[in-house]
Amino acid sequence: MSIRHGLLALLERGQMYGYQLRAAFEESTGATWPLNIGQVYTTLSRLERDGLVRPLPESEAGQRPYEITDAGRADLALWFATPISRTDRPRDELAIKLALALTTPGVDVRAVVQTQRSATMRALQELTRLKYASDKPEDLPWRLVLDAMVFQAEAEIRWLDHCETSLVRYRPAPLRPPAPDSGDAGVVVDRPGREAHR
Amino acid sequence: MTVGGAAVLELREVHRTHGAGVAAVHALRGVSLTVQPGELVAVMGPSGSGKSTLLALAGGLDRPTGGEVLVEGAALGGLGRRELARLRRRRIGYVFQDLNLLGSLTAAENVALPLELDGTGVRQARRLALAALAEVELTGLGDRFPDQLSGGQQQRVAIARALVGERRLVLADEPTGALDSQAGEAVLHLLRRRVDAGAAGVLVTHEARHAGWADRVIFLRDGVLVDSTAPLAGVEQLLTGSER
Repeated sequence: MSIRHGLLALLERGQMYGYQLRAAFEESTGATWPLNIGQVYTTLSRLERDGLVRPLPESEAGQRPYEITDAGRADLALWFATPISRTDRPRDELAIKLALALTTPGVDVRAVVQTQRSATMRALQELTRLKYASDKPEDLPWRLVLDAMVFQAEAEIRWLDHCETSLVRYRPAPLRPPAPDSGDAGVVVDRPGREAHR
Repeated sequence: MTVGGAAVLELREVHRTHGAGVAAVHALRGVSLTVQPGELVAVMGPSGSGKSTLLALAGGLDRPTGGEVLVEGAALGGLGRRELARLRRRRIGYVFQDLNLLGSLTAAENVALPLELDGTGVRQARRLALAALAEVELTGLGDRFPDQLSGGQQQRVAIARALVGERRLVLADEPTGALDSQAGEAVLHLLRRRVDAGAAGVLVTHEARHAGWADRVIFLRDGVLVDSTAPLAGVEQLLTGSER
């Protein structure tokens, strides 16, 4: 999700100035996504440039509220109507790390899996504890954000279990250096596989 | 027998081997575990890693081939059959995937049964059973038979039966069974609440989401305890994703 659409959604409720937007943003995401005020104003000025919001006259306290424009409403409606593409999400660093661990000499892949699983499990425990503490009806938006993180952590743990099972049967192909005509048979790297069998 | 602290459950270097010689299967190999009052421990691990064996030993349903199991300081190995049965009925609650509710008894009768077997009068047993049913939010459904209840409600009856009276140790093996995610969550919520009220709990599960309800998660592999977690201290770090 972009901060852009987050702010547009908040302005759809009514006009707000920067600090109000920041507070409302954090409230609706349960502080999972803290914003600094600089990000809010930068985003507002881009939205203004694109004609999606417009500034209103400053209040006596010197605060300038913004309101959403019709173009902003259309943009917001489009955002809600469009599914988030998987390619818009960041690459999975963990998957890449594990793939590299398998092909890097001297890395105990099973230990990498185990360490990650413990860390993710701890995170899952903490998320569940937060969920348990947020059981009022008005906590629902926040609870659903937590649920999303819970399901993601669960998926990661299942994937790590799957990796561990796969490692039991893993026999690495001998890795050779890139030189095409190297006759040096001494550079066979099979340690990751051996570690996996401990 | 010395009492090791205030632990409700203690496993000391517990081994469980089935069969002998070349055919021997080592279900558990030297597992030690302590569960305090107010603590819920989840046990995870692949099939055949020894999870259910651990639970059966903790509940006195099976005996270890080595090491010791203590419940509230009493070594189960030192108890006679009658004493062990009494401890199991009074102090230990079991929730299994297979509910084992008796179809010919009402919800309240199912819950009251272990108390009555233990000599509690019918009226008192019913009073306690209705209180246990209220605790699992089944007030007013005590006179229904299991087949008049939904799957989630039946599972809550099984939980009420496990919690009724003065159970100090609650042992659950995949207690959410085939329930949908909401009903399953309700079951874990109840378990958590009972533990927060001072019981000790052990939850065997293969679902990480369920293990997340525990204070500590232990991982078994091939009968050996390979890892254990405690919750993180800093929630903020987790939420803002500044880690990993």
